[in-house]
Amino acid sequence: MQTPTYLAAELRLPTNGLDYTILGIYFAVVLGIGLAARRSVKTSLDFFLSGRSLPAWITGLAFISANLAATEILGMAANSAQYGAYTVHWYWIGAIPAMVFLGLVMMPFYYGSKVRSVPEFLLLRFDKGAHLLSSILFAFAAILIAGVNLYALAIVVEALLGWPQWVAIVVAGFFVLAYITLGGLSSAIYNEVLQFFVILAALIPITLLGLKKVGGWDGLTDKLSATHGHDFVTAWGGTGIGHANPLGANWLTIVLGLGFVLSFGYWTTNFAEVQRALSAKNLSAAQRTPLIAAFPKIFIVFLVMIPGLVAAVLVPKIGTPGSDLQYNDAIPYLMQELLPNGVLGIAVTGLLAAFMAGMAANVSSFNTVFTNDIWAKYVVTNREDAYYVRFGRLITAIGVLASVGTAFLASSFSNIMSYLQTLFSFFNVPMFVVFIVGMFWKRASAKSGLWGLLAGTVTAMVNYFVIYKQGIIGIPTDQGANFVSAIAGFVAGAVVMVAVSLFTEPKPAESLQGLVYGTRSPGVAEAPAAGDDAWYRKPALLGWGAVVLAAACYIPFSL
Amino acid sequence: MSEYSEHDVHRAVTDLEGKSTTAARIFDLRRIIGGLFVVYGIIVMIAGFTASDADIRKAQGVNINLWTGLGMLLLGLFFLAWLKLRPTAPPLPEETADEKPAP
Repeated sequence: MQTPTYLAAELRLPTNGLDYTILGIYFAVVLGIGLAARRSVKTSLDFFLSGRSLPAWITGLAFISANLAATEILGMAANSAQYGAYTVHWYWIGAIPAMVFLGLVMMPFYYGSKVRSVPEFLLLRFDKGAHLLSSILFAFAAILIAGVNLYALAIVVEALLGWPQWVAIVVAGFFVLAYITLGGLSSAIYNEVLQFFVILAALIPITLLGLKKVGGWDGLTDKLSATHGHDFVTAWGGTGIGHANPLGANWLTIVLGLGFVLSFGYWTTNFAEVQRALSAKNLSAAQRTPLIAAFPKIFIVFLVMIPGLVAAVLVPKIGTPGSDLQYNDAIPYLMQELLPNGVLGIAVTGLLAAFMAGMAANVSSFNTVFTNDIWAKYVVTNREDAYYVRFGRLITAIGVLASVGTAFLASSFSNIMSYLQTLFSFFNVPMFVVFIVGMFWKRASAKSGLWGLLAGTVTAMVNYFVIYKQGIIGIPTDQGANFVSAIAGFVAGAVVMVAVSLFTEPKPAESLQGLVYGTRSPGVAEAPAAGDDAWYRKPALLGWGAVVLAAACYIPFSL
Repeated sequence: MSEYSEHDVHRAVTDLEGKSTTAARIFDLRRIIGGLFVVYGIIVMIAGFTASDADIRKAQGVNINLWTGLGMLLLGLFFLAWLKLRPTAPPLPEETADEKPAP
């Protein structure tokens, strides 16, 4: 495989037997969870959705963990080393409002309608065209992103541990394949929760020691202000329209592109995330899933941003031709510089676990959509339930093999995060516009879903690959172009949906019960489970609490 | 046009929920997290007790293994204590009224 050097070769970590013992224990536990979860799988609902039976704290931590893949960790540290404190936008405005909206507003429709996937909701709200297109787009994107994760893992493991790339791919692929085919979504989710704690145990020491090395937070900001300018350590400095800043985006594209379109598209319609909430045991737990996840999300930014900023201080030339280190090397570089054996093993384990969890989240959502939405509805219909469990296991294996293939596609972007964001803007944004119009506008017709999806996807792609890449409109950076593409895709999708709706028949009102805002589906009303009325389990309080906390976090970064 | 409706999904999923065995048979994750973090905590703390001067110098003068190990051990003990104090409710026969104590 010919690849750009993603991590510098001298980043080889001084791992010893102790570190490998820690790693080995983790792999054994991962497999053990798969084996032990196996006996809980009887129906297809068990395999694909954990029988809708998990408690909120587990689904909530899995929700955050499915997002906290290693590509996100390394990518966001890279973002921080490159763009500075602007990284907080991806968390506080680019995640929290959308997560709260999912929990408070959308979850009653998702969970209450008992759909098993995001595309299945589109089937009920619109028609087969929108359903099939969104299923295929999602399945395609999931495999692609699983491949990105696998590829990134191989390069990182090669640089850090010296394993040949094919060994890393085979080992990680085997473990993901094994635990998902055995235990289905339950073992994917359980492993994600475990990974959440391991990655915290890895990132917290790196962050604290990194801060100590540069003289604390004040030392960090003073040094960066001196070398990169004061805007580098603020959230909004230099984002006035018409001002130049390293991010290449102004406050309007940040708020609309990242905060509204990209973020809502990702968090509210990406099935790899939503699936975690759909596996919760009741509506209250499903609503609390993204809300419980929102609180760690607010603070995780410090654990990825600070190492990135520290790296920018220690290696001033990072990411430029004058340095051997790429932006993506920030966290591995600090691991090498700061961590003795022992904690180093935890950090390596956390990183590997995060790669595998990121891949597993995509594989476990892919197999659900492919089996329930494509295979069971259009190819082999009306077979007994056990058949679809068997098929789900088979397609999991095929999905893992396919993502090994797509790992090759990831090689042309230096910043993996912007590659992922690009894909999300092409696949998730049109999904989101179709959802939001369909959920809030009764008149949106059955046909409008398909055309909105098509128009949004094509517009985002044209904007990115033609208008930006060909230089027709000058946008300074890939990230800035992503934001603009997302806004363009959203607007095009919405306009086309309205236009098509006006010329086609509306859906009959009785078929929209429980799917459109202001309606209630029969049988949704369920009594709250005992204990769910405790004040700290009130979704509204949790949700608004997260929004207020995120807004308050902006204050010290806006001065 | 689409003969597949809300009612089909409702019926199919409700039917499957009735047969689902996850709630009854899945093991308690707190036991796994607790166990793993106690083991990790002890291993990393031992590395802290036997840390060389070079290790400590590398970690900016902090015995990071000791502190990280202690933190992990405490987290593991927290999960085991939680499990002990609020054990999983035994699955009720047939009727899936799962009112397990959550955090």
